[in-house]
Amino acid sequence: MQFRDILKRCGVFVVIIWLAASLNFFLPKLSGQDPVRTKLLQQAQMGGYVQQGIDEMVKIYEVRFGLDRPLWQQYLSYIGDVVRGDFNFSIANYPRTVADMIAESIPWTIALLGVTTLLSFLIGTILGALLAWPRAPRWMAWLMPPLWALHAIPFFLLGLILMYLLAFQVPLLPIFGGYSMGVTPSLTFTFVLDVIRHATLPALSIILVAVGGWALSMRGMMVTTMGEDYVLFAEGKGLRSLTIFSRYCLRNAILPQITALALALGQILSGAVLVEVIFGYPGIGTLLFQAIRENDHFLIQGIVFTVIVSLGLATLILDLFYPLLDPRISYRRT
Amino acid sequence: MRAFYRYLGRNVSLVVGAGLLLFLIAFVVIGHFVVDVEDARALSVRPLQPPSWRYPFGTDRQGRDLLAVMVAGTPMTLRIGFIAGILGVGIGTVLAFVAAYYRGWVDTIIRGIADIGLTVPGLLVLIIIAVGIRGGLSVNQMALVVASLAWLHPTRTIRAQVLSLRERGYVEIARMSGMSGPAIIFFELMPNLLPYLAATLVNAVSSAILASIGLEVLGLGPIDAPTLGMTLYWVNFNAAMINGWWWWWMAPTVIIVLVFLGLFFVTVGLDEIANPRLRKSA
Amino acid sequence: MSAILEVDGLRVEFEHPLGAVKAVDDVSFSLLANERLGLAGESGSGKSTMALAILRMIKPPGRIVGGRVVLDGVELSALDHEGMRKLRLAGIAMVPQGSMNSLNPVMRIKAQIADALADHGVRLSAADLDTRIAALLRTVGLRPEVASLYPHELSGGMKQRACIAIAICLRPKVIIADEPTSALDVVVQRQVMETLARVQRELACAIILVGHDMGLMAQFVDRLGVMYAGRLVEVAPIGEIITRPRHPYTKALISSLPSLEARGTMQGLPGLAPLLRDLPPGCAFHPRCTQAEDRCRSEKPAVRAVGPGQQAACHFA
Repeated sequence: MQFRDILKRCGVFVVIIWLAASLNFFLPKLSGQDPVRTKLLQQAQMGGYVQQGIDEMVKIYEVRFGLDRPLWQQYLSYIGDVVRGDFNFSIANYPRTVADMIAESIPWTIALLGVTTLLSFLIGTILGALLAWPRAPRWMAWLMPPLWALHAIPFFLLGLILMYLLAFQVPLLPIFGGYSMGVTPSLTFTFVLDVIRHATLPALSIILVAVGGWALSMRGMMVTTMGEDYVLFAEGKGLRSLTIFSRYCLRNAILPQITALALALGQILSGAVLVEVIFGYPGIGTLLFQAIRENDHFLIQGIVFTVIVSLGLATLILDLFYPLLDPRISYRRT
Repeated sequence: MRAFYRYLGRNVSLVVGAGLLLFLIAFVVIGHFVVDVEDARALSVRPLQPPSWRYPFGTDRQGRDLLAVMVAGTPMTLRIGFIAGILGVGIGTVLAFVAAYYRGWVDTIIRGIADIGLTVPGLLVLIIIAVGIRGGLSVNQMALVVASLAWLHPTRTIRAQVLSLRERGYVEIARMSGMSGPAIIFFELMPNLLPYLAATLVNAVSSAILASIGLEVLGLGPIDAPTLGMTLYWVNFNAAMINGWWWWWMAPTVIIVLVFLGLFFVTVGLDEIANPRLRKSA
Repeated sequence: MSAILEVDGLRVEFEHPLGAVKAVDDVSFSLLANERLGLAGESGSGKSTMALAILRMIKPPGRIVGGRVVLDGVELSALDHEGMRKLRLAGIAMVPQGSMNSLNPVMRIKAQIADALADHGVRLSAADLDTRIAALLRTVGLRPEVASLYPHELSGGMKQRACIAIAICLRPKVIIADEPTSALDVVVQRQVMETLARVQRELACAIILVGHDMGLMAQFVDRLGVMYAGRLVEVAPIGEIITRPRHPYTKALISSLPSLEARGTMQGLPGLAPLLRDLPPGCAFHPRCTQAEDRCRSEKPAVRAVGPGQQAACHFA
């Protein structure tokens, strides 16, 4: 790929980051809400009596959070902070910083999403390819309707159903959390096993639903590819079935699938957030949910920004990786 | 007419999907006569009753009759989806046609915005918007919030379709015979796109409903409205699963599953009409 | 010379809700060992279907419903799937139509030759493979560097010749070329046809050239078969068919060819070729035939010998 194109693509990434940051900054301000005052009022209410001196407290905290300066100054320093990874303090969990809280949760989400996306993509794609191939085993066709139906519903709904069936009715797997309560995280075998047990239901909710989608689209792509002239010629060349299936059909049909993967990342993440909330899985999703409940604006903004950037990065990597697979794109006549 | 019925017989998907949706509509309509919709408000009936003849879907912790909630809430959820979906596809179609037909920098801008917008996970932007709006959302406001992002995907897909159709011969002929731009759009391109637009619309409605339910489950929806998503929010809030109140989460779950399955099958059925190659061969 | 390929009563049908479509209707001919046979006809006449049927590559909703194809003594319909697969390319090879898209876009040319060799059991070291591929490319007039290129980096003519290179890599006895020059300009057309001719001489194989360009046929083939509505209506040596065509359709085709000497209006062929699923009764050509009589409307003419090495399907040939 030409250097110019790579630069352009990275440029788009930077624009996305900038847009995300600005969106994050301006939208809440549009509502006119003052997060500090709101939070303090909330806490005062919980205290049960009318607090004296609320206004002074608000002013002090505003200075602490930098909210007393003119808007453009706030914006510039905000951008500066964001670039350095400083997302301010969490209003609800003060004095913990937003960055700290995100850093704690993000590995859980990456692990869950990474594994499930990869698995569902691979299984779904291969399944879809086989379903399109006339010489595949017969029983595979029976897999289609259930996968089809499953893929129509949101991840978290299947999560609820699985939770009921496999964690409640039949206590096979844990209902809640990332690891058993009262256990301190450590890198021991038992802990890892515990984590995997807890992650199984959330992972299954995502995988079972997503597989259907990938299988469906891959099957469609394979059918289209199998009608191409070069597949006809491949057969005319007397190539073995396996060769035609893998190198002529699969290899070509998978290209649009990968593009689809890049586009679907945002949706998968949105779905995963809700799954985490349902299962109380200690990832970004639960953190976000908590932040919304506590009206912790800085935390919400920090999370949303981090997610947008991560997704932008993942999409960028996929985009740059794609030409390696499709020689028609990477080649540029000089 | 008979050819129409014969086609329906072959397009099982469309029939099943439409059937599911009609069933839901019937459920809501008949429900309105059978049940007192006021009981969908909190503190109306005895709380936490499992399903019985009196309360076929049971009651929740805040004293709502869940059957009433379903009857009242389903149309709300569907309404959000339809408003957002129609708005999204409407805006998307206009933008797509403009971009695809006039090309040039107009196209670059529209396509650029749509592409960047699509990279960002929609739910998160919606969260930011919803959190930013003071005082919580009403059902209609929620529809508008969801609609604000709903046009991105339709714009992109419809634009691609228009681009591919634009190169076909009949457009060239129309242009050469002196038809003006907008006329070509309406009389030549649009009729051929209708099946595709229909499929896109159903898709958009489905996404919009998903987005709205997502926002509601996170607690950002209209707090007092008995919508399906809000019910699930309360389910989560009150740890209904662990407490064994299975009817509370089962009712909205089943209804949501039916909604999505219905919309999905309709989409598949419409896809078949739009793309004849997918039709089952003899 | 003996016949290397015998086609006897071949019938191919396509299922259609309104009735079966006879794409190939009782076609018989033989191909001699070193011969160039042309198969001409309009679009929809069934010639491409026939080519695929010989290779046993007809897919549903099409089916071979009758007839025999014998290649060098081996009856193809008796072979199982694997047996037929091995015979393709090694015994009988196709040069596909549409130099556009017949090559896998994500594989280099040499890989597409190599996998054909490999799947037919040819074991070569890497060096030997390269040598063989380079030799093949040279035979069709391509530089050896082409081997490392991807199809989209080649021009239309180069792609077509690459397809020919693949077709000859196992020295088949019969090559079926289905409209190999359809999308090419005349200069490149000539190059490709010359390549094909040279290749045929070197391999001493037989070629069936399927197409609709009568001029091309006249320059290339020894014998020509004319197809109409799924039937082989005339077969004759090329010289005979041009000067003394027997079937009315062939006569109309020949007389419609523009010539440098002729003056006056050009003769076209009135009417359209019939839809294969809606054939007229009796002789399929009778609606457009100037010699048609009552008999033609009811009785389908059988293929009869009408001269040395000449067959025609007409009541009046």
